[in-house]
Amino acid sequence: MTDDHEHYEAVVVGCGPGGAAAAARLADHGVETLVLERGPEAGSKNVSGGLIYAEESAPYTLDDLFDGFREAATERPVTDYYIHNVAGNSVKTYDLTDLHEHDTDWCDAVLRRDMDSWLETRVHEQTSETGGGVLTNVRVNGLLREHGEIVGVTCDELEPIEADLIVAADGVNSELARDAGLMDWAEPEEWFQGVKAVVDMPPDAIDDRFHIGPEEGAAHLFSGDLFEDVRGGGFLYTNEDSLSIGTVFHLDSLVEQAAEPHELLDALLTHPLLAGWFKNEYQEREYAAKLVPDSKKVAHRRPYRDRLVLVGDAAGQMQAQGPIIKGMNHAVTAGALAADAFAVTRGNADPAAAGRRYTKLLEDSGTMAKLRPRRYDLARTVGERDAVTDAVERVLASPLGSLAVGNPIADRLLQRAYNSPFLVSMLPDTKTGYVSLPTLIAEEHGKTIHWESDIEPPTLEERIGDLTYDTDVGNPHIELRDESAEASGAAVTACPVSARDFGGGCYRSEAVKTNGTEETLVSLDTQPCVECGTCAIVADTEWEHPRGGKGVEYREG
Amino acid sequence: MRSIVLTKGVPDFSEGAVSFDEDGHLERGKTPTVMNPNDEFALQAALQTTVRHGGHVSGMSMGPPGYGEVLQEAMASVYTDDSYLLSDRELAASDTWATAITLSAGLETYQEEVADIDLVFAGFKTADGETGQTGPQTCWAMEWPIVTHVIALDVDPDERTLRAKRLVEGDLDEIETVEAPLPCFVVTDPEFEPTYRKASHRLTHKALRAETEERAAEHDDHLTTWDHTDLNLDPDYIGLDGSPTIVSSVDPIPKAPSEREATMIDPHDEGMGDVLEVMQPYAAEVGE
Repeated sequence: MTDDHEHYEAVVVGCGPGGAAAAARLADHGVETLVLERGPEAGSKNVSGGLIYAEESAPYTLDDLFDGFREAATERPVTDYYIHNVAGNSVKTYDLTDLHEHDTDWCDAVLRRDMDSWLETRVHEQTSETGGGVLTNVRVNGLLREHGEIVGVTCDELEPIEADLIVAADGVNSELARDAGLMDWAEPEEWFQGVKAVVDMPPDAIDDRFHIGPEEGAAHLFSGDLFEDVRGGGFLYTNEDSLSIGTVFHLDSLVEQAAEPHELLDALLTHPLLAGWFKNEYQEREYAAKLVPDSKKVAHRRPYRDRLVLVGDAAGQMQAQGPIIKGMNHAVTAGALAADAFAVTRGNADPAAAGRRYTKLLEDSGTMAKLRPRRYDLARTVGERDAVTDAVERVLASPLGSLAVGNPIADRLLQRAYNSPFLVSMLPDTKTGYVSLPTLIAEEHGKTIHWESDIEPPTLEERIGDLTYDTDVGNPHIELRDESAEASGAAVTACPVSARDFGGGCYRSEAVKTNGTEETLVSLDTQPCVECGTCAIVADTEWEHPRGGKGVEYREG
Repeated sequence: MRSIVLTKGVPDFSEGAVSFDEDGHLERGKTPTVMNPNDEFALQAALQTTVRHGGHVSGMSMGPPGYGEVLQEAMASVYTDDSYLLSDRELAASDTWATAITLSAGLETYQEEVADIDLVFAGFKTADGETGQTGPQTCWAMEWPIVTHVIALDVDPDERTLRAKRLVEGDLDEIETVEAPLPCFVVTDPEFEPTYRKASHRLTHKALRAETEERAAEHDDHLTTWDHTDLNLDPDYIGLDGSPTIVSSVDPIPKAPSEREATMIDPHDEGMGDVLEVMQPYAAEVGE
């Protein structure tokens, strides 16, 4: 340690569930731990679809680590779980409760501002005991190196800080993971993008319309043709007095189809199926967006370098396989395991000892096998090859396909197949699983919904207008490196706060005439940015997070 | 470090809070009292010193008993440890001179009865008097060094010195760095900005905030009130009797006459034709 730098035994970057779990566990081990969070409060930068799982097989869950977590920080437990296969107005619903309950100790809907800010308070109390604490409004912008070795972090707001352990729990757009060369922003097919609306609904209306008790909750998934050919699906979860309704799509599919994420969300919101729940009342509290790593492809098998370990989304630890979407629980496990790894290797001369140990714990605990199932790797080699997909698609489209899926036995088998964790872990990420099969199921087995939706979701302009921003005027956090339509044009549609023919978003395409020739160029205004990171992948940008406390501030998350 | 922050209650001149009668005189009874806005910077400077070097900060004010609330506000917003109010009917209607004599007596009494002081902080000008004299006069009475218009501050407790950046002629274009021995009197400029670039400082700041919340709620338990006998002051030299300033009259500032006229025109209205007509001669000029 040099005299110039402050030193903490451990620095945890980010106070989401992964960072909170790491910090709490480090404090348990008596480690002096500093937690740096870039938002004005933990949760103000966070979005998730909204379900947190506690798996029976997991070594750590949030209620293990934080007493009273479920009572204080979560919404409703999920007691009912369904998937709706949609073809036009025809819907076939399967009960997925069996799949949902597999290996599930409990599962609650959450809103991240409430949840993470509660965790922040607990973490601060615990880490203060060992000489550290949580600091908000501090953005860690990179790694501090000495003789080429990672020894700490650099920040926008503070002088560099050295640490014996650096936990990067800085989310899906982790600047530390990239600085360390462990993750990149290269391939759209490694990511999903989710958008979500939190919608007002009084608690008794929720109980009544979803046929649940006050201490119960429902989860509904949607797939089929309501999103045209874009691969992905929708979800609806019940909170205490609101609904979280969103859509999640493969980013490469969004780009290929030049689909507008907010329009796909609107397609779900205005589907007749949801009209029965809204009863023509629709009050949107918040529009949000998030990038989701596909752990099957990107979960880092050795998420460490020197004293740095990656946890949660930063390490790609987000499991999304068919209807199973689990992220926060794995981040919690990973964070706690990283802390345990440090505790047993403390004082070891090898700076990477904790990282190596952490990797082993991820494997021994079965976490890595969930994130990167071997079955998927095997199935993927045939499943995602275009030729196979095309062949299966042709069969499904033929009378034979309808016959195969359409008979009563198939109906029973299909429900069972959907409920099989084994089969679900093999689902290839093709159009077949997301669109063709659900559509066919709905066509063959579905009931037609006859009511109409009168819901008019807010426009994108209204949604942006309702968000809270503290704009860092004159200091944009994203720079467009290449403004040509070929390099960056995809952002105009894929960015959840931009759209074709909309001047109030981040990305716009403009026809520019120079010397008699006209070309289409892309321009960027970062003011409406929700910091999801989509454009870092689909456009040619220099992408950073805003300074501490600046940018969008989610109230619900 | 032992610091004192001098603060004053002033009428809340903000829009909606302040009340004037028909002649344009301030209605004191109808206008709430708030902490002098410039004192915020003095308090921030004191807090920065405590965060960096530890120690104790006391708030001190002269005024009627109701000013206790101003000291409570100081405690809640910048975490002073305790408060001292110099309050006595004999002190009423003091000008800057009599106020300075009283405040210096307050500081002397503090040194005798509580502890030696390292730093006294004051804000630049009060929003009601706008004289900017009380700070320097108080310091003159103490015979201490003074640094005014301070925008940044660094204290070296071991060397017992401070180093300050200050505005020369109150202008951001000209900044000088000065060094002074402790104890010292520091008058902060509204451009003063506290900086906390170390994680440990921010953690201390946060801990102080948590600790102060409870204390500020029970402010009366931390408030000491001293009258002129406690301060050992002769009534002939304080309050109105001790004030050499004579206010002959107060004139309301006349409203500036409006020299421009505005006409509202609906762009879809035929009134747009009038606009074009008015613009025409200028357009012709540009054309030439």
